[in-house]
Amino acid sequence: MKDKSIFEIKSLDLFYGNFQALKSINMELAGGEITAFIGPSGCGKSTLLKTLNRMNDLVEGCRITGTVRLMGQDVYGGMDVNLLRRRVGMVFQKPNPFPMSVYDNIAFGPRTHGVKKKSALDSVVEKSLRDAAIWDEVKDRLKKPALALSGGQQQRLCIARALAVGPEVLLMDEPTSALDPISTGKIEELLLQLREEYSIVIVTHNMQQATRVSDRTAFFLLGEVVEYAKTETMFSMPKDKRTEDYITGRFG
Amino acid sequence: MKKQKQKLTEKAFAVLTWGAAALTLGTLAFLIAFILIRGIPHLKPSLFAWEYTSENVSLLPAFVTTAEITLLSLLIAVPLGVFSAIFLTEYAKRGNKAVALVRLTAETLSGIPSIVYGLFGWLFFVTSLKWGFSLLSGAVTLSIMILPLIMRSAEEALKAVPDTYREGAFGLGAGKLRMVFRVALPAAMPGILAGVILAVGRIVGETAALIYTAGTVAQIAPSPMASARTLSVHMYALSSEGLFMNESYATAVVLLLLVAGINALSGFIAKRLGGKGERQGGE
Ligand SMILES: Nc1ncnc2c1ncn2[C@@H]1O[C@H](COP(=O)(O)OP(=O)(O)O)[C@@H](O)[C@H]1O
Ligand SMILES: [Mg+2]
Repeated sequence: MKDKSIFEIKSLDLFYGNFQALKSINMELAGGEITAFIGPSGCGKSTLLKTLNRMNDLVEGCRITGTVRLMGQDVYGGMDVNLLRRRVGMVFQKPNPFPMSVYDNIAFGPRTHGVKKKSALDSVVEKSLRDAAIWDEVKDRLKKPALALSGGQQQRLCIARALAVGPEVLLMDEPTSALDPISTGKIEELLLQLREEYSIVIVTHNMQQATRVSDRTAFFLLGEVVEYAKTETMFSMPKDKRTEDYITGRFG
Repeated sequence: MKKQKQKLTEKAFAVLTWGAAALTLGTLAFLIAFILIRGIPHLKPSLFAWEYTSENVSLLPAFVTTAEITLLSLLIAVPLGVFSAIFLTEYAKRGNKAVALVRLTAETLSGIPSIVYGLFGWLFFVTSLKWGFSLLSGAVTLSIMILPLIMRSAEEALKAVPDTYREGAFGLGAGKLRMVFRVALPAAMPGILAGVILAVGRIVGETAALIYTAGTVAQIAPSPMASARTLSVHMYALSSEGLFMNESYATAVVLLLLVAGINALSGFIAKRLGGKGERQGGE
């Protein structure tokens, strides 16, 4: 999986009604890596992330031209959207566990995709919680409501919930922006572990976070990808003046 | 000088609000005490006999009828109301003309006096459809009467479910049907139940609409096509005949207890369901 491109985005334009939120995006996302999207708010990071698993389908008046390919398959060309979202999982900005038990939260995805046997569900629940580094904290309260967990635990629960359907890619939209520094640290640590098995795309408003966890970084400005390079390269020798201004804190 | 005047107004206002509260509470307490004092001494076991006779005006048949009509009305109105609410919140596109129309209709219907429903039920179900005075005519009429209430409360409850739950479900590859029935609807359940319980209260307390549709037969109905009276109608009949005032008060006590019981139940359910989901944080 490593080094092979997992997503291929070609001349992608996206409109919300008459407003063009993404302008001719061309990029390849590498498998087995963590890609970070950075840039000032409102410049299209979340929008591009959501085109990868077609969450934009839910937005009325959203129109897309160009192509997005997942391992060569056209995402917008007749692919079953529910299967796409099974392969490309998503973790949201604000932790959003369902108002049900920890167990039922994790089992929701597998049940959606037809797993019914108790023993199979039990083992996928345990494995997902372990992979999301939260098993030890919740193993005695699987039947307790997920909303009683702390914010950081809820977010790791949501990561576990996403892992439970066996995705290839994880999309994360500012997953730590609502969390305290300690919870953030735990999640960053987790990301580096998860990189071994999953390709990850993470939106972050925090440049230190991008340098800490990502292999490649894309810098967004006003709906365009200004620069896309290895994270080390981008932060040490930015090619574009605007990138340099942003990462040195001159705006944003 | 000015300050003193302000202080005086404040004091007057405090007295006024306090007085209003006391008057409300006092009236209510007086009413309840009055009914209990007049009714309890006449709560004899014979009032709970299976048969209603002209010597022993048993209220048990009316009690059974109340349960039957309530259940039947809910059976019709709850699925219809909840499904319309699901359509309005989850399926209809924003700015859909049908949505505005359905909402306007519901709002209008909920303001109509119940006697109008009674007349409609009498003209349509009793006369035109030839269902006669029957449990069915009564229950269908009442279900139309409570439909707006059920629909509105279900709609509000569904609208209050955060969109982040919906995104979470879709993000895992769930289809719309699964999202609605496994995530949105369970999350909205406390609000929906609150509406249902309000509706039960309206059914139990209804007389006008039922007299015209379910009739006033004082026995347990042998079939849904037979006439029967609920407790409220029973009480109305007893007191308007004027022959069994004591029994009428006794019936009022039972009705009062029933309504209090329903309220307590609703509080209990809301606590059970609400306490599970709404709590945030912890740790
Ligand atoms: N559902 C929507 N409808 C209309 N405009 C939207 C919608 N979502 C985002 N936008 C607009 O698209 C632009 C990009 O938004 P977004 O992708 O959320 O930015 P970012 O994640 O980089 O902060 C913003 O100008 C925003 O106002
Ligand atoms: Mg965003």
